[in-house]
Amino acid sequence: MQSTAHAFKDNARRAVGDARLAKALGNMKAGFQTKRALAIAKLPEFEALREEGRAIKNHTLAHLDLYLERFEAAVAAAGGHVHWARNAAEARDIVLGLCRAAGARTVTKAKSMVAEEIGLNAHLEENGIEPVETDLGEYIIQLRREPPSHIIAPALHLTKEDVEASFRSAHTHLDPARVLGEAPALVAEARQMLRARFLAADVGISGANFLVAETGSAIVVTNEGNADLTMTLPRVHIAIASLEKLVPTLEDAATLLRLLARSATGQEFSAYTTVVTGPKRAGDPDGPEEFHVVLLDNGRTALLGTEFQEVLRCIRCGACMNHCPVYAAIGGHAYGWVYPGPIGSVLTPALIGVEAAGDLPNASTFCGRCEQVCPMKIPLPKMMRHWREMEYERGHQPRIVRHGLALWAFFAKRPRLYRRAAGAAMRLLGLFGRVHGRYEALPLAGAWTRHRDFPAPQGATFQQQWAARRKG
Amino acid sequence: MSVESPRVGLFVTCLVDLFRPTVGFAAVALLERAGCRVEVPEQTCCGQPAFNSGDTPDARALARQAIAAFEGFDYVVAPSGSCAGMIRVHYPELFKDDPEWSPRAHHLAKRTHELVSFLVDIRGMAGVEARFDGAVTYHDSCSGLRELGVKAQPRRLLASVEGLELRELPGAEVCCGFGGTFCVKYPDISDRMVGDKARDIAATGAGTVLAGDLGCLMNIAGKIHRDGLPVQARHIAEVLAGTDAPAIGEPSA
Repeated sequence: MQSTAHAFKDNARRAVGDARLAKALGNMKAGFQTKRALAIAKLPEFEALREEGRAIKNHTLAHLDLYLERFEAAVAAAGGHVHWARNAAEARDIVLGLCRAAGARTVTKAKSMVAEEIGLNAHLEENGIEPVETDLGEYIIQLRREPPSHIIAPALHLTKEDVEASFRSAHTHLDPARVLGEAPALVAEARQMLRARFLAADVGISGANFLVAETGSAIVVTNEGNADLTMTLPRVHIAIASLEKLVPTLEDAATLLRLLARSATGQEFSAYTTVVTGPKRAGDPDGPEEFHVVLLDNGRTALLGTEFQEVLRCIRCGACMNHCPVYAAIGGHAYGWVYPGPIGSVLTPALIGVEAAGDLPNASTFCGRCEQVCPMKIPLPKMMRHWREMEYERGHQPRIVRHGLALWAFFAKRPRLYRRAAGAAMRLLGLFGRVHGRYEALPLAGAWTRHRDFPAPQGATFQQQWAARRKG
Repeated sequence: MSVESPRVGLFVTCLVDLFRPTVGFAAVALLERAGCRVEVPEQTCCGQPAFNSGDTPDARALARQAIAAFEGFDYVVAPSGSCAGMIRVHYPELFKDDPEWSPRAHHLAKRTHELVSFLVDIRGMAGVEARFDGAVTYHDSCSGLRELGVKAQPRRLLASVEGLELRELPGAEVCCGFGGTFCVKYPDISDRMVGDKARDIAATGAGTVLAGDLGCLMNIAGKIHRDGLPVQARHIAEVLAGTDAPAIGEPSA
């Protein structure tokens, strides 16, 4: 996927000025935050479960080589194939090769962020293969030729009215009199369109929420059942996943599934949790003839052993973005690449380079809510700070920020000088600001006063007054 | 350490020092009422702006300066969850690989507290003798809330203020969009966040919004004034101490 993360500030400015987007994002609190809070309140052992989940992932990452090999062997034993992709281009070519070998003209797809990461749809289209998204949200944004704006709710940036308009322009057979204003009608329309596509597809491509080393299974969760049709109807099933999706055992996956659904949508369990192991066996009533897993690295192993290793614990629940006030203000597209919100602000610089996504780790108030709700306890603010540290060391920050910081630090490191300089400045600001109590504009403070008044200081500083009292 | 009358170093914070000394004096008054002997060593900033900007060398230099200035007190107290959080949580992180400064950072960290939680949790203050006529609402500043667990303590003390009615703020735990340098680096995003916050505050119908951090309060007050909303902003210490000063950004003449 092409990144616009370098234009984050412009993206964000446009986003906050978009009233339609604000309306779409307004549903997030009731939709995600409240439901998550209720689900967690009903599970007293949630904190213990978080610790358990964290330990499972830490253990897996510490022995990733071992579990990857075990997974490959288990997939082969079940009659499937594992393909290793070092980067996006390799992953695209592996998938294309498999599709060609199957003589595929259309492929159905269950939602996969890794497929977005590697730009799979565009690659298939360029090579004459039609990808059909079967998750409702993905289907909608595919009609609109847009990238997802959220990792579990790809069309979160749209209102019902937007979706209806997209359906009417794409589904040209629709009777204009037919009512499509509410979600159930939209779902029914999409289902009807997709049914034929499911049956006609030559290859089904899914992601994987978890890969299980002991059994060679891929686990996929959905609320629509579309992944099951994607994985079982076509002759060939390809699961693409990044290698940190691995867990040692089915038992471990069960622990993480309990965390995932609650953190993501506030459900105790997703409506469909499907465990796929190998192709159809003799005697199986259904299933694909071929089962392939494409394991993508794309920069992840480079994070092992660094201060960013812990980000590989992420189970892609979306809780960090659902609770992020910055995400709530600008939506997912402004982040400019596949993974928005706090997880994206840590992951995107790691995967596409910090020089291409320098604003992302800076655009956080460090309010700490993401870390608070992260089921895997990933210290996201701390990692964003690490990125800032690297940017500072490399001199990547804007000159005004560097110089402003240097000037402030010069005084702050010299308490006597600081006291005199600050004292004089505050006396002046206080004197001129006394009548109104605040400033509507101030030199050098345009970024503040563009949107808010600047409260005037009271006058003499606390330390000046304190010293005077002690003397007096 | 004398429990009866501990020696407390006031970390006044740069914003209170420069913009609103009345908060510092309110903190002194409250600490003295809680039986503390208060001193104010020469100080500048805890280093958080440098730390959060990735300027670790300056952050460490300022942290060392603060550690040295506040050595020897029984407690160090700041009228800010953000600055107290910096010292308590992040100083030990800053020096984790420094055998000389790590123990000193830890020693300071464990004695450092945010003002209101110190009064309630450490000094056992159950109430204050103060009067404030009217309805107020309270914004939970992020660092105090999430790094230090400041939530019940301010409400407990506010409940003892005569004449004061607390109206809980929907979304009280959502960031106001200040974020230190964030508000000037990303003014458009910050504006949306503080705009929503100001609207929520006004919707409570309370005439005053309180918080425990001056950074958030200056941001909120600035937006309230710009949008012409009928709300005043004050630091909670001022109300608890009965300070009589114009609200933040209000004329003094």
